[in-house]
Amino acid sequence: MSGPAILTLAAIAKAFAGIHAVRDVSLAVGRGRILGLVGENGAGKSTLMNIIGGVVRPDGGTMLLDGAPYAPASPGEASRAGIAFIHQELNLFSNLTIAENIFLNDFPQRRFGPFSLIDRAAVARQARALLSEVSLDLPPETPLDRLSPGERQLVEVARALRLDARIIIFDEPTTSLTARETERLFALVARLREAGKSVIYISHILTDVAALADDIAVLRDGALIEAGAKAQFPIARMITLMVGRPIDQLYPPRKSAPQAAVLLEAISLGATGIIRDVSFALHRGEVLGIFGLMGAGRTELARILFGLDSHETGEIRVEGRRLPARSARASIRSGIAFITENRREEGLLMNGTVAENIALAALPRLAITPAELIEQGRIRSAAGALAEALNIKTASLDAPAKSLSGGNQQKVVLAKWLLCRPSVFIMDEPTRGIDVGAKYEIYSIIDRLAGAGGGVLFISSELEELLAVCDRILVMSRGEIVGEFARAGFDRGRVLAAAFREAAA
Amino acid sequence: MAAIFPDLATPRNISNQLSNVWPLLAVATGQTLVIIILGIDLSQGAIMGFASVAGGFVMATAADPNLLGGSPLWGTVLTEGGGWLAGRSGSVLIGVGLMLVVGGLVGLINGYFIARFRMPAFMVTLVSLMLFSSAGIWLTQSQNIVNLPPEFTQLGSGDLVSFYFGEKVEATIKRRDILSFLTYPMVIALALAVAVEIMLRFSVLGRYIYAIGMNAKTAAISGVPVRRVIMVVFVLSGLCAAVASILYSARLGGGRPTIGAGAALLDIIGATVIGGTSLSGGRGKIVWTLIGVVFFVLLGNTLNYMGLSAFYIDVVKGGIILAAAALDVARNQLLAGQAA
Repeated sequence: MSGPAILTLAAIAKAFAGIHAVRDVSLAVGRGRILGLVGENGAGKSTLMNIIGGVVRPDGGTMLLDGAPYAPASPGEASRAGIAFIHQELNLFSNLTIAENIFLNDFPQRRFGPFSLIDRAAVARQARALLSEVSLDLPPETPLDRLSPGERQLVEVARALRLDARIIIFDEPTTSLTARETERLFALVARLREAGKSVIYISHILTDVAALADDIAVLRDGALIEAGAKAQFPIARMITLMVGRPIDQLYPPRKSAPQAAVLLEAISLGATGIIRDVSFALHRGEVLGIFGLMGAGRTELARILFGLDSHETGEIRVEGRRLPARSARASIRSGIAFITENRREEGLLMNGTVAENIALAALPRLAITPAELIEQGRIRSAAGALAEALNIKTASLDAPAKSLSGGNQQKVVLAKWLLCRPSVFIMDEPTRGIDVGAKYEIYSIIDRLAGAGGGVLFISSELEELLAVCDRILVMSRGEIVGEFARAGFDRGRVLAAAFREAAA
Repeated sequence: MAAIFPDLATPRNISNQLSNVWPLLAVATGQTLVIIILGIDLSQGAIMGFASVAGGFVMATAADPNLLGGSPLWGTVLTEGGGWLAGRSGSVLIGVGLMLVVGGLVGLINGYFIARFRMPAFMVTLVSLMLFSSAGIWLTQSQNIVNLPPEFTQLGSGDLVSFYFGEKVEATIKRRDILSFLTYPMVIALALAVAVEIMLRFSVLGRYIYAIGMNAKTAAISGVPVRRVIMVVFVLSGLCAAVASILYSARLGGGRPTIGAGAALLDIIGATVIGGTSLSGGRGKIVWTLIGVVFFVLLGNTLNYMGLSAFYIDVVKGGIILAAAALDVARNQLLAGQAA
């Protein structure tokens, strides 16, 4: 790192219940530079940022901000010291307007005798100035709930600028952004650097980090493994440092080939304003990718296929038979599994045990009819067998699901569906928010499922993984299928062009 | 406590207090199910009153026109000769059945609106509370229907096993000196509680109830028939209230529109929450509720012996429910902290 540091951490340590989340981390953030912070889940990135942001107090170590000792006791103190934290879950109020969100705890006021009232004109004027700084072209009085996730993020940045932040921390900022919004955010981050602000950028998407950062720091198991200028960290080296061992390949080889028999067939499915004339066939043993930008209708299609939402035209066939009643229950009985994109809200009972979660969908199968009573032993042995087969790392089958890492949680969701013995797997962003090692395991499981004669519909916004794992890729845009690529004809540029075709218009 | 208030530990008082436990256990069992699925049933007290009135109307063996002559059902269902079924064989069986049907039906109405239209349970059951408690009072013009057949009142206080402490000097023992131990209400309420506990722990329905309480979205995607389970839970809640209504009405020997009125709801929800059933859903057991019910009854009894007025007693009970709810929040935070 060149130039003077604005923030210096020395021997920062933090333990939760005796477990070291961060140990002995010494790190410097350069003035007017972007620091990329990478590491697997549980490496201590969030804890470290929470310490800087005043959410958590360290057990040991010291921080210097601009040469002065810095020990924030609360997030408020941190933000007054000029540190802004753009969280993964945005801290905005969707019932308020953009301007109200920006000025929430500090409205410009005017005094009228003994009263001081909000100066609406000043609010609007200052808000417009801040919005133009982040190039968000919307009136300040727009209610926040009309904004897309990307636009909301810009509002958060505007709020940080309003507080005159010197260091802005972005934690996984692109997770819910479209490709264009991501580009816009990157341009903004670069402009912040030009303006002399320092940025700490945390992401799982290493290509983004490599493109954006000036310096890179790698964390593993709570310790700083290495930090330095970007030039020293090609992506392969970042991964090796993050994982702690060299990873030869990010993706397992695709071992089997699709067969001719059709498992799942969609015939001109349509739902007004959601999807239009969607037809495709998923074959036995096939991994079929669906790529598209945010809002292309991929998740909506998945929900319709699984019977959670209704469609107006067309039909869905499983192994030639038309799906009967439209419900999750009926779909499960026809052999469909649905791994949703947000496992916390829709995939897991976070407070439930691992065994409870694994058994949930297959309960009617596990019950002793006709009284529908359940034998705990049967649940435990079935759950235990799957936990072992999928290599789920958990303290016990009775541990709550929320105590597991993201990758292991996702494997619990997979185990839940495997217990129902489905033939069709609809997976919506199955590797979102999980670390490199767990991703590899998920890809291997997908390959194995296809090898065993199952069909996998693999929805993702990470094109790289689709190109590596799928036999065929469909591209969606604005609710329609706009392109199809067979493995032999995979081409990153052409797939992207198809996805952008309408979005660019 | 017994050291300070010796009367608390007398066999008479214990026997007496036990008799207060059973109807509360029956109704709180239903409330426990509802709270596990993150709902609330405010209408249970109203169901108790309404079912009590319905049972009284059909089972009474005689009625006083001066008291009940103003009832809209006078002359049709109820006359001076008693209720609609008076004197017929099996009248008690049909009467009890009717009370259960009333409870189940109100529960079904609650469950239908909550599950089908996704209305908040608080709102729907509040409406039921107003509707059915008023209907009960209107039908009886705020009078109690007495003269219920002995086969019915037996259910409220009849003994299976009882004790007599003291010397046997006369040939017959006075009724008030006999201490009940194993009574019909005890057997009925415990049987209900055990059946529901088994359902919760060992049946698919039970697992579904917990799953919906933990995360209804995940449950629905995993194939749990969420709407149907919600409806079943509210029907069960109504049925449990009807069982409590049977036990109370039988013990008091009358169909009373007000048996579940006022602070009864406080006791039901209080006992459930003090037992440890979580207000954030997904966690609760009937055996916890049993402990909560016993605690709540003993608490009221102790405060009574301390010479506190009914108003003070409710103040203290309210405070203890607040403490239990605060403890529940603290427990959830503690559990969340462990995972971080």
